[in-house]
Formats: sequence, structure tokens, C-alpha cells
Amino acid sequence: MKDPNKVIIKLENISKTFRTRASLFKGDQKEVMALKQVSLNIYRGEIFGLVGESGSGKTTTGRLIVKLEEPDDGKLLLDGNDITKIKGKALKNFRRKVQMIFQDPYQSLNPYFSVYDSVSEPLVVHNVGNSEIRKDMVRESLNSVGLAPPDDFFYRYPHQMSGGQRQRIAIARAMVLKPEFVVADEPTSMLDASIAIHIFNILSEIQKKLNVTFLFITHSLAAARYLCDRIAVIYKGELVEIGSAENIIQNPSHPYTRALINAHPRFRF
Amino acid sequence: MALLTVKNLSVGYHTRKGFLKSVQGVSFALDQGKSLGLVGESGCGKTTIGMALMGLLPDNASVTNGEILFEDQDLLKMSKKEIRQIRWKKIAMIFQAAMNALNPVHRVSEQISEAILAHDADISEEAAMKQVESLFQLVGIPPDRMRDYPHHYSGGMKQRAIIAMALACHPSLIIADEPTTALDVIVQEQILSAIKDLQNKLKISVIFISHDIAVVADVCDNIGIMFASQLVEYGRIEEVFHAPMHPYTKSLLASYLTLDKDVVQVNSYIGKTPDLINPTTGCLFCERCSVAEATCSLRAPEWVNISLTHKALCYQCK
Repeated sequence: MKDPNKVIIKLENISKTFRTRASLFKGDQKEVMALKQVSLNIYRGEIFGLVGESGSGKTTTGRLIVKLEEPDDGKLLLDGNDITKIKGKALKNFRRKVQMIFQDPYQSLNPYFSVYDSVSEPLVVHNVGNSEIRKDMVRESLNSVGLAPPDDFFYRYPHQMSGGQRQRIAIARAMVLKPEFVVADEPTSMLDASIAIHIFNILSEIQKKLNVTFLFITHSLAAARYLCDRIAVIYKGELVEIGSAENIIQNPSHPYTRALINAHPRFRF
Repeated sequence: MALLTVKNLSVGYHTRKGFLKSVQGVSFALDQGKSLGLVGESGCGKTTIGMALMGLLPDNASVTNGEILFEDQDLLKMSKKEIRQIRWKKIAMIFQAAMNALNPVHRVSEQISEAILAHDADISEEAAMKQVESLFQLVGIPPDRMRDYPHHYSGGMKQRAIIAMALACHPSLIIADEPTTALDVIVQEQILSAIKDLQNKLKISVIFISHDIAVVADVCDNIGIMFASQLVEYGRIEEVFHAPMHPYTKSLLASYLTLDKDVVQVNSYIGKTPDLINPTTGCLFCERCSVAEATCSLRAPEWVNISLTHKALCYQCK
């Protein structure tokens, strides 16, 4: 259940700057400040939406949380423990608890791996169970994303599947370790509208069943509203608005949020 | 008079598993200066129609039936040379995935002037560059960015450059294949309103191909809903949105997330895409349909006219 008293992920004044490499011909290095002093609490059991346009820093935030990037400044806490600088065993342990679903299922799955290889790989990496137990866990994970009967999919390869099926494999792979926190980075931007809804419904079912916490990154306020309890709007590396999904859409206080709402295509009739 | 009339078009692909019927019996007409949206999920044949109109179908494709009348000439009967006279000069295309449609090793301005020079032998290079400059102004790219390479551009700017390229030879018909799919909502709105403005200003006809029914709702006069190689509903946009008749259109509209309505749980169901190599004789939508009757899977559906301009391919619509 959603528990507003328990912060699972906490960002404290996180900043991140990217530097371009100096080119051979144009000498000067450029700096891009991707995140400026971002602070954020995500509570256990909620689906939290992070909304912004391309280049706003939403993906960087997601990558920082799963520790694919290091912040230049600030602190990252999981269950109250500082994980900003963890390494080695502690980092591996962290990765069991925190997983990511990537944007593009056409690129995030290894084309040489069968579905079984892809979904069982996290179990192998973390030395979970023996081959029989792993098989059951993969079955369970595939079932939870609606790929049934799971055994029919074991030996298929990504190129034999549609985009929606591939993204469901990617979700099954992220969920197989039963993580506590999952970052879903625009999981449907490469998919058709009707399939996107299906993926949203799967995520929300998984959330209810396993009580995982989700950070859902998207550029669509409507998608965030459909799926999320709370939303934060990010613009040029700064959080400009945060609150309940309904509240933000009904009473946007920041001009950028209003621009996002107005840009959303609507039927004229 | 209609600028473009497509009559009973059927296109298929020769594959290792057999002949895949990608487009079956599609008919529509488009007047000068009007816009038509073709909406459907991936694999429903919408891009194949666009490619057939451009005469750019791959080698393993063949047109098995139908006519494409453009300015009263049948494009399907033309030789490759004749098609080349029309392609880009009269019918241009905005390709899907703008990020890949530009050549990374040439300056953007050169790529667009190349299109102009290729189709107009008399024009000098300087004059072509002048034209490129005015095209850039038209689509809203600052002229000082003309000599940049594609990797200097953002996604939205690349898409604008692709639009400038499509406009280069003053075509009367533009086919826009998923013009905003890879862009975020803010840039999407900018691009769509740019296309709309240009359409009004230059009186171009546009065919929008998209899986996103909202994009089409924003910009089109008429809409055609496609499912598994067939057109299943066709009409003026208000009619289709106010009173969708085909069950597939209804499910498409229901699965669209808006900001205006209250949040409702949308039931999603991904059915298998029908087998298009050996299609059933009945309605192809049958398996996913919530109102299907036993007879639907046995006999092919027929068009039901709802009004003079609105029709649906379904027995249940009567």
C-alpha cells in the first residue's frame, strides 16, 4: 500500500553537469547543467511521474537514481541510507533492489539473447536459485506481463516479436528480481497508442500486486495522469511544480506546466 | 475536382511464408488544399499506401489491383521515368524518423538545394540557395543555421528541415508519414501548427499517416481508420469523432488519454494481428470485436453509408 510516511528514494540538492569534450578544431569545452539542485521525496508504494520535454533532465534524474550516473553535488538516499558513493558489494546489493525499464525496446534487448536468456540474466548475475527455481521465476515474471503461456516465449528472439511484446519482455526482465523500486523511462514512446495503454495497465497491475514503487518518466501529462499518484514537472533541470496529478492538471501554477497542458493535442469538437 | 483518387487499391508483399496482403481494396479521394488522416496501428498498411503513392514500393511488393489517379493520370500505369517527373515535384513526402532521413555528412542547405537542382535543370546554384533560404524562413529555421550539419540540429529542427525539403519543388500533395512520432508534445505542437499554416498558405493537399488519432484530429478535414490492411471507417473528422461507428474506431478513441475528461480505467486488449497471408473470409476485426455475432466471422463485411460523407465497414453499424 501507499505509505506517505516512508520515503523510499530521497534526492537532496542533486546537481549534474555534463561537459562536452573539447574538439580538435574548436578549442573550448562547453558545460551543460542537466540538473540544478533537485530535491525530491518518493514514497513507498506510489507511482511517481516525472514530466518534461526532451532535454529537461528527466532521463538524467532516472539514470542518477539507478546509479548509471554520478551526481556532481548532493545526496541520494534509499530507505534513509546514503547511497551516493556506494561501491562494490553494496552497489551490487543496491542493484537487486532498484531496476530500470528503458525507453526503446528495439535497442534495450540483446538480439542474440532468447527471451529466456534475457529475463533470467539478472538471476544469473545475482546468483539466485538453481536452474529449476530460475525457470519458475522467469515463468512468473512473464505471466505478470501477460505473456502467456510463458513457455511458448522462452526460445523466441527479439526480432520475432512486436514492439509491445519486446517492451513487455523488458518489463519482465526488470521485475524478475522483485525489486523495490523501478525507474520506467518513457516505456511507451516507441509504441502505438493502443499498445501504450496496455503497457500502462500492466505496470499498474504489477505495482498493486508486488507493491513496488515506480518512477515513471514521460513527456505526456495525460499518460502521467492516467498512471500516477503524484507528478513533478521538470524544466531545464529544475523541478518547477510538484503535487497530486489531479491538482497539477486542474490548477497548474507554473507557466511551463500550462504550456505543457496547452500543447497536449485535444479534439476540437 | 479531386486532386487524388485512390480506387480499390490492393498491395501485397512476396515473403518467404507467402503473399502478404498488406493493403486490400482501399479507396478514398482528396481535394486540392484538403487534408486526410490515415490512422491505424503498426502493420495496418498505412505506410504501404504512402509508398505506393510515391512509387517507392520495395522490389518484393506488387500492386495487385486498383488505380491511383493523380490529376486524372493513373500513377500505376506510368513508366519509372514518368513517375520521376512527378515525384517530389508534385507529390512529396515527409519521412518517418527525421533523425535518419538527413545525410549526416552533408550540410543541410546542400541537401535541400540538391533536391531543387535535380528537378529543375535551368536554375543556377545561387538561385537554388536563395530558394533554400526562403524555405528555411517558411518553416521557421533561422537562416544562419543553413550551413550546419544535421547533428547540430535538435529533433524538432531536423523535422522542420525535412518539411522544407518536401516543400522544395512546390508540390501539390505532401504525404506526411508519422511526422511527429519521435518528438515530445511541445515540439509536436509546433510542427503540426507549422504544417497547418503552410497548408493554408500554399494550398497544398496533405495526407497525414499516424498511429496517434489525436495528431490527426488536430490537423485533418477527413479521416480514414485502417485495420489490418483495410479501411474500416471513413468520414469527415467531426462525424467520425462525434459518432464513431466501427467498433475498432470506438476502441481507438476510448484508449486515447485526454486531459479534459476524468480519468477512467481503459480496458486494454491486444489481440493478435490477423493473418494477412491467408486472411479469413469474414470480418478481420472479428476476434477483437466486442459486438461480433456468429455470422461476422463467416461473411465479409460490407460498407454501410451513415451519411453522404461517412461510412463504415461493419454489419453491426446498420
